[in-house]
Amino acid sequence: MATNLSPDEARALRFDIEEFNTEYARILDAQDINAWPDFFTGDGFYRITGRENYDAGLTIGLVWCEGRPMMQDRAAAVKTTMVHAPRYLRHYNSNVRVIDVDADGTIHSESNYLVVETLMEEETRIFQAGLYIDEFVREDGALLLKARDCIYDSLLIPNDMVYPV
Amino acid sequence: MPDTPFIDDGSNLPLSELRWPDDDLTRIPDWIYTSEEVFQRERERIFFGETWCFVALEAEVPDPGSFKRSYVGDVPVIVSRDEDGEIHVFENRCAHRGVEFCRELRGKAENFTCPYHQWMYDLKGELMAVPFRRGDRGEGGMPKNFKLEEHNPKKLNVTTRHGVVFASFSDSVESLEEYLGPDNLEQFDVVFAGRKLKILGFYKNRLQGNWKLYHENLKDPYHATLLHVYLATFRLMVAGQKSAMICDESGRHSTMASTKDDDMVITEETASQMKAAFREGMELHDPEFLKYVEEFDSPWTVTMQIIWPNLIVQRELNTLGIRHIVPRGPHALDMYWTMFGYDDDTPEMDKHRLKQANLMGPSGYLGVDDNEAIKFLQDGFKHSYSDEGIVKLEPEKEGSTQTLISEASVRALYRHYREVMDI
Repeated sequence: MATNLSPDEARALRFDIEEFNTEYARILDAQDINAWPDFFTGDGFYRITGRENYDAGLTIGLVWCEGRPMMQDRAAAVKTTMVHAPRYLRHYNSNVRVIDVDADGTIHSESNYLVVETLMEEETRIFQAGLYIDEFVREDGALLLKARDCIYDSLLIPNDMVYPV
Repeated sequence: MPDTPFIDDGSNLPLSELRWPDDDLTRIPDWIYTSEEVFQRERERIFFGETWCFVALEAEVPDPGSFKRSYVGDVPVIVSRDEDGEIHVFENRCAHRGVEFCRELRGKAENFTCPYHQWMYDLKGELMAVPFRRGDRGEGGMPKNFKLEEHNPKKLNVTTRHGVVFASFSDSVESLEEYLGPDNLEQFDVVFAGRKLKILGFYKNRLQGNWKLYHENLKDPYHATLLHVYLATFRLMVAGQKSAMICDESGRHSTMASTKDDDMVITEETASQMKAAFREGMELHDPEFLKYVEEFDSPWTVTMQIIWPNLIVQRELNTLGIRHIVPRGPHALDMYWTMFGYDDDTPEMDKHRLKQANLMGPSGYLGVDDNEAIKFLQDGFKHSYSDEGIVKLEPEKEGSTQTLISEASVRALYRHYREVMDI
């Protein structure tokens, strides 16, 4: 629990983040990829990288986007140019932990995520387990991601990873 | 539920009964992708044969004591740097009972100790100590004539060039320079010109296809203009652009090269041939993404080099990486990616490379397409009535070519492959 918040404040914040993540997961489950960049600030940062990279301080990402325009370009590529078999994805988010709130209001938090993938004629499988390391800010009262670092444990990716998490 | 395909393409027959269809290189039988016996022979004759296999970048093992887990074929090896700075490659298997003892992906060590019975190896891969070798209070212990030096893990021959480490089980393999041939050596030296590398990070993915499909993919420029909608749409590689497929004499290595041309007019005819592969009018929100910062002594803005049997050197605009193929039986391969830049890159160049890395890898704008296509291919081989494919484009050539609309280098590869495999 965040050290500079009262228990009630931290609980309320955690609930806000859970609501945010529920909606975030909903649009990813629906593969409404064009809505995905809107969860970020205009200058937001998004990365997916393996835990081996994160632990070693290496900067590469499977996906590495700085700013909403780059995220829009990724969304467009997923939707329009990337060739892939149809699939269902389901996103689970839990263990939200508010770590700290900066003087300027930036909220630091973490949570676990799990992605379950189903190809049309194959068994459902756990696709990826990982950790979101987040920075949230409020714009007009609503939470937006200033940064989301998705750190996956599942280092050996089954085939490929089409959608962001 | 494991996939248990019913395969009736001849792959269940003994190798001695398999015949390449009419000895015709324009036809490829499915059984080279599905047979366990073929895979066994590939291990023996290719991965353990007269080849140099990629195992590491020197930048991954920068200091005395640095090590990484790696593979030659599907055999786990350790790449380590000893106290004198020399690189060693040896099998990751304890000489005692066969334990794959090094479990860390990479790190630093003074020595390696097998956890099972604490046999200890030094950084050269030599057995240094066996606990209770003389027994305990006069009882037990190794035979008196037991010699440590006779029980080292299998050591491989090692060669390096400009920061890239290769290993071979063969004592008679030619030098790496001879192995690559002059034209592919020249392309290799564009990326690895002696500039110190900076590791940006790693990816790993398991592709649901035979390892040779990745070789074919990079010897098949035809697909680049059709499968990869992104390449065509953003004019990174379009039929009619300046391009080349540069093969070595043996046909096993090749470099697919092309030059981005922003001013090229895509004719109506080309656009209509590309059909779904071309999205007219699609534009980037962040156009800086595809900027090419000139940094190489090369007329090409992209070179995809594949070095037989397990290395791809990727240079797509300013994103650089190697891909290390680890075959996993006939039906799968693991791809180990190492993305890098150069040690003297500015912070701006660092960021540019990180941004452009979105093109490649298991989530890449181009990477995803290939991974999916390779699975689709293997699916086609596993569950089929028909049992061969064709590679007939540009029939008058075999090997190097100037056009993208060609399969000449796929045929060159399979001439070499058939000789080595005796099939």
